[in-house]
Amino acid sequence: MPYPTDRKYTKSHEWIQANGKSATVGITDHAQEALGDIVFVELPKVGTELAVGKPFGTVESVKAVSDLFTPASGKVTEINGELATSPEKVNKDAHSAWMIKIALSDPKQLDGLLSAADYEKFVAEEGGH
Amino acid sequence: MKDMIRKATRHVNQNEGLIFEKSSTGKAAWKLPPLDVPEIDASKLLGSTERKDLGNMPEVSEIEIIRHFTRLSTWNYAIDLGMYPLGSCTMKYNPRVNEAVARVEGIANGHPYQPEKISQGALQILKTLSDCLIEITGMDAITLQPAAGAHGELTGLLLVRAYHHSKGKPRKKVLIPDSAHGTNPATAAMVGYAVENLKSDARGMVDISALAAQMNEEVAALMLTNPNTLGIFEQDIYKIADILHARGGLLYMDGANMNALVGKVRPGDFGVDLMHLNLHKTFSTPHGGGGPGSGPVAVKKFLEAFLPKPVVVTKPDGTLGFDYNRPQSVGRVRAFYGNFGMFVRALAYIQANGPEGLRQTTEDAVLNANYIRKGLEGAYDLPYSTPNMHEVVFSDKLQAKKGVRTMDIAKRLIDYGFHPYTTAFPLIVPGAMMIEPTESESIEEMDLFIDAMKSIAEEVEQDPQTVLDAPHSTRVSRLDETAAARKPVLRWKPTA
Repeated sequence: MPYPTDRKYTKSHEWIQANGKSATVGITDHAQEALGDIVFVELPKVGTELAVGKPFGTVESVKAVSDLFTPASGKVTEINGELATSPEKVNKDAHSAWMIKIALSDPKQLDGLLSAADYEKFVAEEGGH
Repeated sequence: MKDMIRKATRHVNQNEGLIFEKSSTGKAAWKLPPLDVPEIDASKLLGSTERKDLGNMPEVSEIEIIRHFTRLSTWNYAIDLGMYPLGSCTMKYNPRVNEAVARVEGIANGHPYQPEKISQGALQILKTLSDCLIEITGMDAITLQPAAGAHGELTGLLLVRAYHHSKGKPRKKVLIPDSAHGTNPATAAMVGYAVENLKSDARGMVDISALAAQMNEEVAALMLTNPNTLGIFEQDIYKIADILHARGGLLYMDGANMNALVGKVRPGDFGVDLMHLNLHKTFSTPHGGGGPGSGPVAVKKFLEAFLPKPVVVTKPDGTLGFDYNRPQSVGRVRAFYGNFGMFVRALAYIQANGPEGLRQTTEDAVLNANYIRKGLEGAYDLPYSTPNMHEVVFSDKLQAKKGVRTMDIAKRLIDYGFHPYTTAFPLIVPGAMMIEPTESESIEEMDLFIDAMKSIAEEVEQDPQTVLDAPHSTRVSRLDETAAARKPVLRWKPTA
């Protein structure tokens, strides 16, 4: 699956799509593929202050529980409540099944993240199959 | 390929419902003798607190009970039926001598409320086992209380926290390698520490430069499994200990893989400050199915004051007793003194083997894992070529090209008469297949296993669908684990 070029990616396999000072966050197709069938997504409460690089939630699959890491600092403005009852949406289309929306405290933080092409290269080098 | 399935044959076994479904009113499997004491009117004595409705209790006859559980037991796979190569779990044989000792009358009928003076034998078992485990680990003191491995970890990190508090410098973080058991980060979080991931290098060991960069005065401890979950011994263990100690951090060892070290090296000699043991892994006590487990925590002298209380001490008159006067103790972590029945079995195992036997056990466990590695190299991808100890981790990389993953191969292994290996763990190996034969297996059983695995690899090339649809010869076909997790049915309901 091609990685959309309208957003940035982290080495911990999240994507972030910024629109001015607000941004939408989810996990990548590679992440959902590696996790397998996702059975539970735990997200923070609206209003939570998130710090870049720190966990903002967890995603549980039949194989493992993994932390979700914040790609850029900010306050949670919205969460995707649908994932509570339909976590399989992440498996079906990880790039549209967003998890949280945040009000960015420093949009410049996104500059340090990977482009779609760089992320694709990173995944290939990491030895994922 | 079916002619390769030599260990198992499909055979008829009996269907069986729940015991509640067999119930019919008035049936009983007991008959009381005539009353030889004055009769008591319970309702007079208890008033409104007397329970009259016992709920939905099954009423069945003796033979129905016997058949019920015997039938269920035939559905099971156990170490007593064959190799149980579940990596990281150390599913070794539970020697019958352990059971014989555990059934000795004075041991089986002992009660934790017995006065100390008539519990000297039981106390001596606690003391002797403690001494043996201290000698095996090279540590100075131990608590036997924790009920299993993760409980041992929790106890260990409570000790770490108590230690740093006593220094007046509580710390915030615990470092955990990316190859660790999932219980390690869970434990650190439970004790209130932030977890920081430590990456492994190309050898599958702790990346020393990453550790040096991440180590600072905020780090309370490193939780390290050695050998790690890749079955690889952390060769830089001295350096790792030095880096931690130089900045005041502690080295916690997850002793889950102690089966690879007993009688060879002692964690206490390579810089470990505290560690837990799994008696239900390394020391052959029953594992799974309710064991119960046992996870003693051994520590260096400077942590002894913090150990859970009570501790067994020798009193001035030479008898043994419990010391409750431990002001710095983290407190009790388990009712009474821990899972005593497991202490008896572990001690029986240690004493039946003796030092030479334990050493041989370690050598055989490592030899067996390497025999399997050699046997399967080529047929399956080996992501880390570093020499391995008691277990070996392959990946499904070669089979994934045909769309067959570790879980599919594991399911197919059931048709060949084996319990599956551990799938998808450790997480740093995509498509992990983690195999631990333990010292219990003979070369004949391991050859059957190797042939089965090679045969499956061939099936993947020629007829992948057979593997994808496995298991074929079991009572039920592949279960829908995803649906079970997403929409669990947690309660049996009687059919109307």
